[in-house]
Amino acid sequence: MKNIWKKDKGFVIFVALAFAFPFIFSLLGQTSLTEGTNKFWQGQLINFFIMAVFAMSYDLLIGYAGMLSFGHAASFGGGAYTVALLLEHVAPDILKSYQIFIGSTNITEIVILIVCFLAAILVSILIGLLFSASAMRVKGAYFAMLTLALATALNLLARATDFVEWTGADEGMHGVPVPLWINPTQNRLTFYFIALAFLVLAYILMKRIVSSPTGRVIQATRENEDRARMIGYNPVTYRTLAFVIASVFAGLAGGFYALWTTSASPSMTSGVTTVNVLIMTILGGMGTLVGPLLGAGIMQIFSQFLYTWFGARWPLVFGIIFVLIVMFLPYGIVGTWRLQGFKIKQGWQRLLELTKTKETPEK
Amino acid sequence: MTELTNTNEYLLSVQSIDTFIGQFHILEGVSVNVAKGSITVLLGRNGAGKTTTLKTVMGLTPPRDGKVIFDGQEIQGKRAFNIANLGIGYVPENRAIFRALTVLENLKLAERNKGDLERHADFIYDLFPDLERLSKLKGNQLSGGQQQMLAVARALVPENKLLLIDEPSEGLAPILIQQMMEAIRKLKDTTTILLVEQNFIMASQLAERYVIIDDGKSVHSGLMSDLVLNQELIHQYLGASIQAPISASEA
Repeated sequence: MKNIWKKDKGFVIFVALAFAFPFIFSLLGQTSLTEGTNKFWQGQLINFFIMAVFAMSYDLLIGYAGMLSFGHAASFGGGAYTVALLLEHVAPDILKSYQIFIGSTNITEIVILIVCFLAAILVSILIGLLFSASAMRVKGAYFAMLTLALATALNLLARATDFVEWTGADEGMHGVPVPLWINPTQNRLTFYFIALAFLVLAYILMKRIVSSPTGRVIQATRENEDRARMIGYNPVTYRTLAFVIASVFAGLAGGFYALWTTSASPSMTSGVTTVNVLIMTILGGMGTLVGPLLGAGIMQIFSQFLYTWFGARWPLVFGIIFVLIVMFLPYGIVGTWRLQGFKIKQGWQRLLELTKTKETPEK
Repeated sequence: MTELTNTNEYLLSVQSIDTFIGQFHILEGVSVNVAKGSITVLLGRNGAGKTTTLKTVMGLTPPRDGKVIFDGQEIQGKRAFNIANLGIGYVPENRAIFRALTVLENLKLAERNKGDLERHADFIYDLFPDLERLSKLKGNQLSGGQQQMLAVARALVPENKLLLIDEPSEGLAPILIQQMMEAIRKLKDTTTILLVEQNFIMASQLAERYVIIDDGKSVHSGLMSDLVLNQELIHQYLGASIQAPISASEA
């Protein structure tokens, strides 16, 4: 615990604030915890938590492993569809015929949810392997194009009318029966804390992965594959591993997104979804992990304000802000901060010294 | 070529390899033998094929023909990371460290077995004391000389039987060249080295044997102590630019 505080003060403060947010909001605004604007902002934050995990998983790919994939939404959508399909088509039958108890507590719904997410993990591993197997031997623009092609294929599969009874084709699936106790409409506060816990857990796990020996090899292959090979590592193995890990986290985020929206739709697997996390990652800073989290937050919260200020034209304004950020903070917010932090600190110290020397003659 | 008959004595035996890079025939029948516990140096003009010879041994530019025998095992055609894991450490030219990682992370990365770095840390930091002090700096924050030392140090982390070192003195300040020479000399006690070195004075002081590569062929090999006396050979293959090896006798 002490270690986390030492290394990640910012993240700990963020989690504390996020945890306290509904209560503070309720105290300040004299509103109920479970209704009105409080509920609305909880929803915005839930969306942010889930997208943050998705964006961080993208950072594993692009920032740490150096693979520019335009197909990351395939894993996200894969996870979402897996959870939604199981909840819609499999879970009701099971709930009718089986009940699992521990003592007198009925845990059937929890078990079903766990199974849903295990299935989502499995599906995203398969998607990761499929993408790796076909795209790993090429690099750069070719890699980006191949991943885009594969994701588009999955997008077409999601929209295929052949499976309309199952997937709803173009319409997608809506009103997926999410168990009442976790249902984001009825029990939003519960869902809020579960989504926050998911974000914290995902962050800690990803942080551990990137700072593990394996994570270091992944970063080494990003920098120079030949050099990694020379000291005895097979870059293809490590790139595949990075791809699969990123895919799993994206799949889990997708599963949560399906719960949150009680839906799964083809747009979740589309190129636009990938571009959205790409923007979040670039905004926050590639290869920083916290950056994409911040980027997701900015995009989610900022877009709300921009929408109220500018209406339907908000993407245009956001686009201009994005261009400015990329122009003036080329390494993203966190990335540039880390690079320039030293200089900024020095500047502060100089400023403080200046004010001190100004004060002394007055005395 | 008579040397090829008793290959068992050699830790590394490169036997008339042909290497192509794209359509270019870079090596045409290069043979190099490296005896256990010795330093052998590859000499030759720029572009003669010295670096390609090392890369071919390492599997980075696999040979189209010929054999590479390492520790009694044919390794030509194996993949680079498998060759590395057999116990060959490669220090390429141009300071091939990972610039985004710290000094310590660079060293850790080279571990083949857990605890490799811990076991050899004293030895490594004894050779290159700077690295211990700089352990938390990133590769791109090091000077060129420090990067070169890190590149050599990285090859010393795992248990390597053979080190391939490409131009360790390239671009180093004279005082650092001296330090690098000292380090390589100390390494000889524990390992075998195949060196590429343009600096003839440094090469002549370090190596016991030499192989001259000229235009993709190994044209001459023998004892360094004979070569330093053979001004004609030096002039013919290594060019007039090389100074007379005055200090060789002091080595």
